Amino acid sequence: MSRLLPFFAFVLLAALLGFGIWWNSAHDPTAVPSPLINKPAPAFALPMLDEPAKTVSKDSMLGKPYLVNVFASWCVACGEEHPVLMAESKNFGVPVIGYDYKDDPNDAKAWLAQHGNPYDMVIADINGHTAIDFGVYGAPETFLIDGKGVIRYKRIGPLTPEVIAQQLKPAIEKLQKEAP
Amino acid sequence: MTCMVTPSPAPVGKRTDLPRLRVIKKQAFAAATKLCISLFVMLALAFIANSAIAQAIDPLPFRDHAEELRFQHLTSELRCLVCQDENLADSNADFARDLRHKVFELMQQGKDDAQIKQYLVDRYSDFVLYDPPVNHRTWLLWFGPLLILIAGGIVVVNTIRKRSRTAAPIASAPTDNGDDW
Repeated sequence: MSRLLPFFAFVLLAALLGFGIWWNSAHDPTAVPSPLINKPAPAFALPMLDEPAKTVSKDSMLGKPYLVNVFASWCVACGEEHPVLMAESKNFGVPVIGYDYKDDPNDAKAWLAQHGNPYDMVIADINGHTAIDFGVYGAPETFLIDGKGVIRYKRIGPLTPEVIAQQLKPAIEKLQKEAP
Repeated sequence: MTCMVTPSPAPVGKRTDLPRLRVIKKQAFAAATKLCISLFVMLALAFIANSAIAQAIDPLPFRDHAEELRFQHLTSELRCLVCQDENLADSNADFARDLRHKVFELMQQGKDDAQIKQYLVDRYSDFVLYDPPVNHRTWLLWFGPLLILIAGGIVVVNTIRKRSRTAAPIASAPTDNGDDW
């Protein structure tokens, strides 16, 4: 028995290594869990990209669920996500707000003109101050906010067809069942 | 740095070479002056460039040195979420700069260190702290090494006991007769 002890110790360590590899391939080790889920979204009031005189605020969006998709023209991963949004954004059943993060408005407009605009409206956070309240630390990020202004789901990183089918759409459907 | 070039009075002894000597002296004087000016310009440029770089990193108007030290200590305990192996104080990322400015802003509002940390934890979770608090999600992180140490200690104690039990009769029999001398 005691002769087998080193062997068992080795198997244990190998199993631990295997678990670590599996865990890190199944999870994004750099993703930071958002403490804001199921908490009220921060109050925000940001100008629209196309009409800076008009602002969109949290209060003006209350009443129905909506998605906020943080993007920027300088963001490479947003370019990867963009075709997915172009294909899917009209099928979500909720308005999709583009949140232009720390971007030159002209760059953002050119980017949307070139790649297409999947958003129902686009708001611009040029200095990124409001984004700190949202816990944004990169782009793309996507928030699902319900009619009461509570954040119900957050995706850090690009939306993919898998993420949309497995996480985002079920979350939206759940919301729509809650509030008829 | 002192950089004084003054033409010393011509030596009195050699009157014959005086004009030539004067020319050489004049040239030397001009060369030294040039060197002095260029050195001064270079130093001035280096100084200006240096202060420009320092300002580009953080142009924060601290009230005094103590406040600056407090800011540096606080930001060194906070993690930059974009470049996760760096703290806020060291990171050159745009995002880290934004958070540094936020920390500074909160300091100006009179918030203490705990309040500023809580502000960031509310938005970015405990992950933003380099010194994670003890709670149900971090107890393994805090006490895991202790558990491993205890487990290792039990194994070592067991092994020693087992060995001393088997080795004792053999070892004690010939040495315990008291007639070693």
